[in-house]
Amino acid sequence: MILIVEQLLNGLQYGVMLFLLAAGLTLIFGIMGVINLAHGSLFMVGAYAGTYVAGVTGSFWLGLPAALLAAGMTGFVVEAVVIRRLYARDHLDQVLATFALILIANQGIVLVFGRQPVFTPLPEIFSGSVEVLPGLPYPIYRLFIIAVGLLVAVGLYLLINRTRVGMLVRAGATNRDMVRALGVDIRGLYTLVFGLGALLAGLAGYMIGPISSVQVGMGEQILLATFVVVVVGGVGSIKGAFVAGIGLGVVDTLLRAFLPGVLRGVMPPSDADAIGLGVASMGIYLLMALVLLVRPRGLFAAGA
Amino acid sequence: MRVLIGLLALVAVPFLADAMGQPALLSLATRILIYAIAAASLNFILGYGGMVSFGHAAFFGVGAYSVGILFAHAGGDALWGVVPGSTNLLVTLPVAVVLSGTVAGVIGALSLRTNGVQFIMITLAFAQMLFFFFVSLTPYGGEDGIIIRRSNEFLGLNMRDKAVLYFVILGIAVVFFAGLWRVVNSSFGAVLQGIRQNERRMAALGFAPYRYKLYAFVLAGMGVGLAGALMANFLRFASPDMMHWTKSGEFMIMVILGGVGSFFGPVFGAAAFLVLETYLAGWTEHWQLALGVILLVVVLGTKGGIAGLLARLGGRG
Repeated sequence: MILIVEQLLNGLQYGVMLFLLAAGLTLIFGIMGVINLAHGSLFMVGAYAGTYVAGVTGSFWLGLPAALLAAGMTGFVVEAVVIRRLYARDHLDQVLATFALILIANQGIVLVFGRQPVFTPLPEIFSGSVEVLPGLPYPIYRLFIIAVGLLVAVGLYLLINRTRVGMLVRAGATNRDMVRALGVDIRGLYTLVFGLGALLAGLAGYMIGPISSVQVGMGEQILLATFVVVVVGGVGSIKGAFVAGIGLGVVDTLLRAFLPGVLRGVMPPSDADAIGLGVASMGIYLLMALVLLVRPRGLFAAGA
Repeated sequence: MRVLIGLLALVAVPFLADAMGQPALLSLATRILIYAIAAASLNFILGYGGMVSFGHAAFFGVGAYSVGILFAHAGGDALWGVVPGSTNLLVTLPVAVVLSGTVAGVIGALSLRTNGVQFIMITLAFAQMLFFFFVSLTPYGGEDGIIIRRSNEFLGLNMRDKAVLYFVILGIAVVFFAGLWRVVNSSFGAVLQGIRQNERRMAALGFAPYRYKLYAFVLAGMGVGLAGALMANFLRFASPDMMHWTKSGEFMIMVILGGVGSFFGPVFGAAAFLVLETYLAGWTEHWQLALGVILLVVVLGTKGGIAGLLARLGGRG
């Protein structure tokens, strides 16, 4: 029981991570109509910049603005130089151009920081753990991530549903051409949405640093899972990104934690570990295929 | 005429490589041929059919593993006690083609219910599932892949000889492209291109788009499965990396470098990609940076890739 609660919390933490990335990606997808494979690169840039500054200054809190700034600036430049040319292109060009950005970003990071993974020390106040249930100590830092993720979710909810900008965002996700026809400066909206996505990616990248190593390719590992979240949740829907992010995060974590153990009951341990891990990795993709077969546009598609 | 000149050049490669004392050239040319088959299959659904499949490497891997698994059982225990192994190219190639076609049929039947972004992502998802399936397939090497100690036999030829293997693959590639030419220029090919341009109009004309797209998807899966089987013979190795999503990305890069929807574009695209990879990698370890920039320039700045460029140079553009 305690084990399950612990893994549920781990799943929740992974889920909010996925949500932070998917929220930006789903808006970029839904409003700008651009498939941005390079979203994981913004995540990586945020992680490296933040971790570097935190390492130099010795302060976790100074790393945070650095991560946001770096990811935001990178996003701004990428939007102005590359993405802007892709709005009118088909999906194929978008996939390939942003795939090229991944190659460039990864090698750029190697040039600047080298291939060695970078580790971040945890700030003092986060290094301990609290007893969330009797007999279950849980690291404060992971609880902090969950709290930040939920806070961002609430903030986004207010932004999207209670402000004028949010109204435009919702309108854009439903029918982009109509918004433009009504005289809204869609360029500005695009830049805003892309910048917001970049900031969230940078935030996610920086926060994941202390619990998993910061390394080249970290963006692609989480990128595919993020895309699954976006598609399952429905393109353009923040609510979908939240539900699918948490759901898939929990499912993925539980499968990885318990499937090998379950399989050990029926086959030799070495096989059980390999097969269990493989099948667990297939889990979210299987879920996505199932969801798409029932609802081809995802769970909460905007403009459906 | 141009095709004939190109073919003559390809026939001359082993002799040139020999004369120049550059055996690496021969293996580069072999890989170009194999990837050209794979990229042309993808181009068939992507360029002619308008289906952006991001999971094409899955069938490449299925083809490669067909050869690998048949080899592992050759002369030993039969697979599941009924299927005997084989090391004969005349057996393994058809098996690989049929198997990858079958897998493509299942994946295509499900994926084609969606379109647009969802189609891209669901093909990617299925490819990832297969990738992890082979990663966890421990009896056949799991993550490390499966080693094929000898290339398959073929009509008693000495397949250890790199030049012989090259000519066999060249022959298969010629047959493949001839077949593809017939399909593209058949009424089926015309319907497929019509569907890309306007699916609703074709439906109104009485062609069921889903069925035509599915047939095309299966054919493309068979083509890339063939390429995978040849690759397994060439590398004498098959591994899950062959179906990693970045491999699907590479196939797409080849198609777009060569020119989407142009018949011989994928050949140029595969050649350009592999030559770039080989020489840039020899020049700097950061070759992917250069590749990324080149790709970006091609995608953003050119129309029709290399084939389009050639056509314009030829005064036809």
